[in-house]
Amino acid sequence: MRYLPLSADDRRLMLAKAGVADIDALFADIPGDRRLDNLLAMPRAMSELAVERALGTLAAKNVAAGSAPFFLGVGAYRHHVPATVDHLIQRSEFFTSYTPYQPEIAQGTLQVLFEFQTQVALLTGMEVANASMYDGSTACGEAMLMAHRLTRRRKAVLSGGLHPHYAEVCATLARFAGDEIDRLSLDPTAGEDIAAAIDDQTSCVIVQTPDVFGNLRDLTPITEAAHAKGALLIAVFTEVVSLGACRAPGEMGADIVVGEGQSIGNPLSFGGPYVGLFATRAKYVRQMPGRLAGETVDADGKRGFVLTLSTREQHIRRDKATSNICTNSGLCALAFTIHLSLLGEAGLTRLARVNHANAVDLAGRLARLPGVEVVNHSFFNEFTIRMPEPAAVLVEALAARGIIAGCPVSRLAPRAGLDDLLIVASTEINTDEDRAAFADALRAAL
Amino acid sequence: MRFTRDHEFIDAGEDPATVGISEHAQSQLGDIVFVDLPEVGAKLKKGDAAAVVESVKAASDVFAPASGEVVAVNAKLAESPSLVNDDAQGAGWLFKLKLSAPAELDGFMDADAYAEYLKTLG
Amino acid sequence: MNNQGRPTRPVETSTGETRTFTGNRGLDIEEPLLFEIGRLETTGVDIDEPPAHPDRLGDHARRGRIGLPGLSEPETLRHYVRLSRKNYAIDSGLYPLGSCTMKHNPRLNEKMARLPGFADAHPLQPVSTVQGALTLIKQLAHALMTMTGMPAVAMSPKAGAHGELCGMMAIKAAISAAGETSRKVVLVPESAHGTNPATAALIGMSVRTIPARADGTVAASTVRDALGRDVAAIMLTNPNTCGLFEPEIVDIAAAVHEAGAYFYCDGANFNAIVGKTRPGDLGVDAMHINLHKTFSTPHGGGGPGAGPVVLSQRLAAFAPVPYVVEREGRLDLVEHAEGQELGRMCAFHGQMGMFVRALSFVLSHGADGLKQASEDAVLAANYVRVCLMDLMSAPFGERPCMHEALFDDAWLKDTGVTTLDFAKAMIDEGYHPMTMYFPLVVHGAMLIEPTESESKASLDLFIMTLRDLAMRAKRGEVERFVGAPRLAPRRRLDETRAARTPMLRWAAAAG
Repeated sequence: MRYLPLSADDRRLMLAKAGVADIDALFADIPGDRRLDNLLAMPRAMSELAVERALGTLAAKNVAAGSAPFFLGVGAYRHHVPATVDHLIQRSEFFTSYTPYQPEIAQGTLQVLFEFQTQVALLTGMEVANASMYDGSTACGEAMLMAHRLTRRRKAVLSGGLHPHYAEVCATLARFAGDEIDRLSLDPTAGEDIAAAIDDQTSCVIVQTPDVFGNLRDLTPITEAAHAKGALLIAVFTEVVSLGACRAPGEMGADIVVGEGQSIGNPLSFGGPYVGLFATRAKYVRQMPGRLAGETVDADGKRGFVLTLSTREQHIRRDKATSNICTNSGLCALAFTIHLSLLGEAGLTRLARVNHANAVDLAGRLARLPGVEVVNHSFFNEFTIRMPEPAAVLVEALAARGIIAGCPVSRLAPRAGLDDLLIVASTEINTDEDRAAFADALRAAL
Repeated sequence: MRFTRDHEFIDAGEDPATVGISEHAQSQLGDIVFVDLPEVGAKLKKGDAAAVVESVKAASDVFAPASGEVVAVNAKLAESPSLVNDDAQGAGWLFKLKLSAPAELDGFMDADAYAEYLKTLG
Repeated sequence: MNNQGRPTRPVETSTGETRTFTGNRGLDIEEPLLFEIGRLETTGVDIDEPPAHPDRLGDHARRGRIGLPGLSEPETLRHYVRLSRKNYAIDSGLYPLGSCTMKHNPRLNEKMARLPGFADAHPLQPVSTVQGALTLIKQLAHALMTMTGMPAVAMSPKAGAHGELCGMMAIKAAISAAGETSRKVVLVPESAHGTNPATAALIGMSVRTIPARADGTVAASTVRDALGRDVAAIMLTNPNTCGLFEPEIVDIAAAVHEAGAYFYCDGANFNAIVGKTRPGDLGVDAMHINLHKTFSTPHGGGGPGAGPVVLSQRLAAFAPVPYVVEREGRLDLVEHAEGQELGRMCAFHGQMGMFVRALSFVLSHGADGLKQASEDAVLAANYVRVCLMDLMSAPFGERPCMHEALFDDAWLKDTGVTTLDFAKAMIDEGYHPMTMYFPLVVHGAMLIEPTESESKASLDLFIMTLRDLAMRAKRGEVERFVGAPRLAPRRRLDETRAARTPMLRWAAAAG
């Protein structure tokens, strides 16, 4: 078998050296009646060619986003990733290395993480960022738990603009930790009075901007309302490219900022792996979950990097840890760092302008369709339209015509009574032809 | 100055009493990087987790050797946690406790008894 | 008092090597930070400025600079290629990290994961347009259930620790559903990995530690003594963190079930037993599987992982959303709870990219290859153990191990060399050190897991190198060890300083 280097002779020699007659002697502690005598009920080993055929057949049964006019976002966005990124992350030494516990031979990983942390802090306008979380949704849940620890309160207020999946993650965590959640109703027009929901039992207020419907939210008044009651403001974003055009949450007073970094460097990949971004104020760093790379010097006085403040983490603090997390999203964070290094500020801001321009163009075309209304005042590259018929039906009709039209709100929240709403994204990957095709198909389907 | 089996010291020569970790304890922990001190005003019972002394690779709980109210903490440790390494039983003190039940100190070891105890730990 | 302290800053600082103008040493290049070489105006991506358009950002436009430097494409390549070369990797050499399973990462997996039908599919596309992806998830789920002998699996957890959280949440949900909310204690052996008690604490349970026997395993009688009406679950790793199969596991499971509690198994060491026994047959109720360990998805410098959780029949109903179902002849996703599902662990459906890689691995190996891989992993560990045991002390004597071999530091007594020093000397020899100081139950632990991916020649060279180092340590050649490493891109780093004065981001030099 191509991945197993030992030959039959090798095994014989090794068994003899180990002083046992056969391999099963080394499995003697498995109770006899629980030992598998036969092979598992699975097919036998397959060649590369056979595996390629099998998985290629499955892959061909999916509609790849690049093969159709594509307008779906809601927490995962299709952007162009330069060829350099995927090439670099596949370098053996990045790809097949482990967590940098031996820093002397892991300076590559550690320096990248230090660069990543700096990039995330700059983007979010915060003082310190960690070396990444699993994804935006779990980062959001961890931020909530961190706010509980810092304020010693246990009730979180969740904006009605928060991605329903993120809200559900928070609700699940709260339920099992014995904490409370006040989840405001889904709010397509960003008209909610979130300040009214904050009291002196509130640990944090979690607000997304751009929100799940695409609305841009001013966090400043909400932050003031939260701080007035001793609560923390947790800002969430699901489209990190928005930070190339929109005000940073840190500038609006956020205490913790979390979000999804997938848009930079990482493919859609049907939902994962993604990369969670997590940033906060320097004074809260000891309560921040996740890994941290820090600068120091070595025995020769040369600058180097190490994992630090590890005593927050599970392998040391055990049941008193800030979280149970082990892994970060290493390779995805690397892809993010490389892509953002290629873009730079000039590239990112221009990319953001293109995204916004495309979305504005698409919104204009769709708004001209009879019975279609764009719900948002403000948006970045994603907005919500209200239609005269259920959005889910229209999405299926357009899919049958080869267009991926967006996400019906009913898919995220089947009982919210918002079945006529469709969330539409337009990034730099759409062309004029794509947008025209979408508008034409929607007009025909209505 | 008296010592507990958990390697804390308590110096009840003055009121309030001074609490910290022993010289032996700091040598076991390695370089100390952070000390998480109790809040002034906290009311502790004997055996409560009172503070945490962190080195790079470990975090050790420090337990209140006696019951009382925390009336002061060593503010210098925020800037210089290394004081605990340099002078654990002196300038590296952790907090001061106004004792509510001084009899709780009976049974703690004096310096000689503690030195003997350390030998038994091997 | 915690006695895990060991030196965290360098003590031995002499060198005596040639100093170059650049600071470079041959192929090892000193590479500055992005922020020291990039420029705010530079970009390595050509993007056309969009035509003039109305602005719909409202008052929310960013004002002022972000401060992010950029690089051209050639500069980017050079910067990250140079950084990559400072890393040890599986592709470079044997990586003996116990409990991490640093096996070969097949490149076929990468090719498969990059097929556009998988890589370029959005999780919220209409279900009719992603039947292939849903089929793949179902196939991998089926394979995991077959390998473990369990009837259900939750696929969405994003990493092992996340899977552990999911499994423990399912247990807590089952307990609540049965009205047994007084069960708030979790039994955890003292040898357990730190995630186990951390997970218990996250769901509001308290931990009761159970001791191991002198031979490193847990006695069923000890577990019985610790059980009671307040116990929700036991969390055991099997094989355990000392590399040993728990011989009384079936009795332990029976005792736990009799007492009305659940058996959570940490599946980190599953690589030892795939195809040899099934956790379901051993009485396990929930077990997370680290796809990045047993199933070769790449470690990537620390992640991403994936941690699907297999579940017993008693827990199946509590699995989180979303999950794949077959309805009316096609596959669908259940994304909203229809019954007792515990909730949602994360946005979307899970680590699809890792599912493709893991299924590629499973298909490549097949039933016969998977069994052979486990056997080779266990054989390799025992071979290493036997070849070193005359020089290095093993806490559990000559007892065979499973996929990893555990040594302690008794053999280093009075040499002036610690486990840490020994490990750092391995770096100069071109090896990544083994797991050190874990499990905590053994003093100065050294845990070696070679995996099935090593040739005999590779194992032999590794063994001979460790033997050479061990003999030097015993001969008192302290210099070799306490100043190590000397030949790596960096020597020992001052971790004390990093923790006392954290510098967690680049800042422009003042003045």
